[in-house]
Amino acid sequence: MSQFFTYAVITATIASAVQYAAPFLLAALGETVGQRSGVLNLGVDGIMLLSAFSCYFVALRTGSDLLGVVVGMLTGAVLGLLTAFMSVTLRAQQGISGIGVYILGLGLSDLLFVRFVGTPLPVSSLPNVSVPGLSRLPALGPMFFQQNWLVYIAFLLVPAVAFFLYRTTYGTRVLAVGENPAAADSVGISVTRTRYATVVFGCTMAGLAGSTLLLLDGIFQENLTQSAGFIAVALVYFGAWRPFGVMTGSLLYGVVTAVVLQWKSLGIIPTSAADLAATAPAVITVLALVVLAGRFKQPSSLGKAYVRGA
Amino acid sequence: MAGTPEVASAGPLLEMRGITKRFPGVLANDNVDFDVRPGEVHALFGENGAGKSTLMHVLYGIHQPDRGTIALGGRPVRIPSPAAAIAMGIGMVHQHFMLVPTLTVAENVSLGLKSSRGPLKDLSRVAARVEELSESYGLRVHPSAKVWQLSVGERQRVEIIKALYRESRLLVLDEPTAVLTPGEVDELFAALRKMASEGCGLVFISHKIREVLGLSDRVTVLRAGRRVATVQAGEVSGEQLAEMMVGRHINREDLTASAVPGRARLSVKGLVVRGDRGTEAVRGVSLEVRAGEIVGIAGVSGNGQRELEEAIAGLRPPAQGSVLVDGAELAGRPSGAVRRAGLGYVPEERMRHGVVGEFSVAENLMLASSNDPALLRRPGFLRRRAVRARARELVAAFDVRTPSLATPVRNLSGGNIQKLIVARELAAQPKVFLVAQPTRGIDVTAARYIHERLRAEAAKGTAVLIVSEDLDEVMTVSTRVLVMYEGRVIGEADPRHTTREAIGLMMAGVVAAGAEPARGPGRELEAAADAEVV
Repeated sequence: MSQFFTYAVITATIASAVQYAAPFLLAALGETVGQRSGVLNLGVDGIMLLSAFSCYFVALRTGSDLLGVVVGMLTGAVLGLLTAFMSVTLRAQQGISGIGVYILGLGLSDLLFVRFVGTPLPVSSLPNVSVPGLSRLPALGPMFFQQNWLVYIAFLLVPAVAFFLYRTTYGTRVLAVGENPAAADSVGISVTRTRYATVVFGCTMAGLAGSTLLLLDGIFQENLTQSAGFIAVALVYFGAWRPFGVMTGSLLYGVVTAVVLQWKSLGIIPTSAADLAATAPAVITVLALVVLAGRFKQPSSLGKAYVRGA
Repeated sequence: MAGTPEVASAGPLLEMRGITKRFPGVLANDNVDFDVRPGEVHALFGENGAGKSTLMHVLYGIHQPDRGTIALGGRPVRIPSPAAAIAMGIGMVHQHFMLVPTLTVAENVSLGLKSSRGPLKDLSRVAARVEELSESYGLRVHPSAKVWQLSVGERQRVEIIKALYRESRLLVLDEPTAVLTPGEVDELFAALRKMASEGCGLVFISHKIREVLGLSDRVTVLRAGRRVATVQAGEVSGEQLAEMMVGRHINREDLTASAVPGRARLSVKGLVVRGDRGTEAVRGVSLEVRAGEIVGIAGVSGNGQRELEEAIAGLRPPAQGSVLVDGAELAGRPSGAVRRAGLGYVPEERMRHGVVGEFSVAENLMLASSNDPALLRRPGFLRRRAVRARARELVAAFDVRTPSLATPVRNLSGGNIQKLIVARELAAQPKVFLVAQPTRGIDVTAARYIHERLRAEAAKGTAVLIVSEDLDEVMTVSTRVLVMYEGRVIGEADPRHTTREAIGLMMAGVVAAGAEPARGPGRELEAAADAEVV
């Protein structure tokens, strides 16, 4: 145990915790905005998978991470349109249609990989970017300010999404649509347009999350996300639909993941228990959810399609 | 409004001609004409289902008419959506408020409007305007309060301020007084009169004769989707209006003197019940209902009546206190045990909690007695024929109008559904009969019938407890009235010797002279319960 409590190991663990948290945070922030408008999207994981593949494919062919990320996000946006079409226009049962999107993403990403790539070649992994000044701070510098650019984007989006939801008129409209769509409709806010916008945004974020995950790994494989998208949905509940709450949940998840990996490599966790330990982040997240469940009220219209006059 | 004199001098503000609107199976509006002049209050009067709300939903762009024309200020218009209606200066205060509970008053008032700060909210400016409006119309409300914290009366003020903020020239109020205390009704009417005096046109939807005559200039009566008449409010009596509404002569409700009450069959002592938010909704209520009595609980909704009622019915475990039916302790027991102990219960939301809408009339009638050996072949197996026979008897005995016993209950009218629930509950011959909102939203004839059944039941020695937000109903049916305010029984009155106003004051939390405070052992117990709570 003592070999864990050294300056170098702890800073490295926290730094990787922050990095692990980033894709969950991106996906969960997007899902937060969608759920705040009343749409439950369970297809996040499938969208992340398909985006991860398209990011991988483009990055592999062009050698450009950035182009890969852009195409990954576009993939998310297109799947967002599909999700919104099913949930909003067709008024499908959101839990079920989301699982459909998940299965589509899971199967299609692997199919495309086998068909168009076949042999797993790595793409260049993301370089870390040191923030001038801040990165030289003792402890904090190596933990938080020597990360790759996608991690910075993920954490900067937290205050951005909070500002959008709570300080802008558009944010208020999103909240109104999620709490009482009939009230929003009665003052001339289009419930349909609002929900399309939030769902497409959420899915674009899922696309960014999938791309981030891919670039952190540097290589595509079947079911690359390992259900990260579902964890992201759980983190939205954990964070009580608040951006900073979601960030707290993502960090908790990242810390547990990083500590487990670190302990494994240091031999604190015996190899025989390694598989069991790998479930720890999910188990702890679920336990936290159980403890927190019901403390906060979910958006009143969450999961319910809106029909005027009904 | 005040700043638009050209409207005040023009002809009708609104002219609806030959409006016809058909829903599957119903002709909701049949060739209806309706107009509103600037500066007038025009009441739209009729029973539930007469087509009042449909007509106004057509005006507000929620429904499109099948036939007919709408003109605003003399110009023909098409109103495709609520947004279009708002843009044309039409405001609507819906029966179910169109507010977002998690947002503040100012956010609700300005929802959907452009902000002076572009994408950013300009709440301080909105708040200032809300305070101005609130001041000048006597509609007290705090701009930065969250709507979920507000009382029903305050929420309604927010709705009216919302319309004023949007500079509506034509304001429709759908049954605005249903949820208010008499004092709040007076304040509302004062604000509406001020709006009218400034040239605004007001449509007042109601089925309360007293209020229609008290507030409006003209009255249009609708019956079964058709316009019966449009009359000057000053030239018509309450009886005439009532006859126009139901289409025939109706007698005054007969107030039979009740029998001398017997022993206590229901006694509730020091009951404390938590509401959905975990706060104490019922804060130490003690009451007794004796055999042969009809006790009415009056109060503005949200003062703990629903929680009290659910605690007695076994649907919500109380935090403290006891509920005795004929001496048997039932507090915290499940609803099945409470029912077996002799409690009959008609819940407030009849479609959600009273019946299974998709089930047939016969099936709904046997829901409470599905273990009755008379209906069973052997345990767990129903005798269909016996179920139908029982249903046929009850349908006849309680005058439930249904096309057949196999008709799904959701297809019946509100009045017939309520009669069906009352039939089912009384068939079990309860010792205590608890009825929440006995006649809310049902037609006069059915309401009359249910009141008669309640009296007959009391005469048989059942203890009847009704909870109602309709003060007129409580006053006509009950032999004793209890008023609930903020989770407590604040006072008790004999309806034959108390005025509406005195009870109205109690509903607003003021114990008036002339009304007795809660008396006897109940009061001491209540005080004891309070002490424990504190």
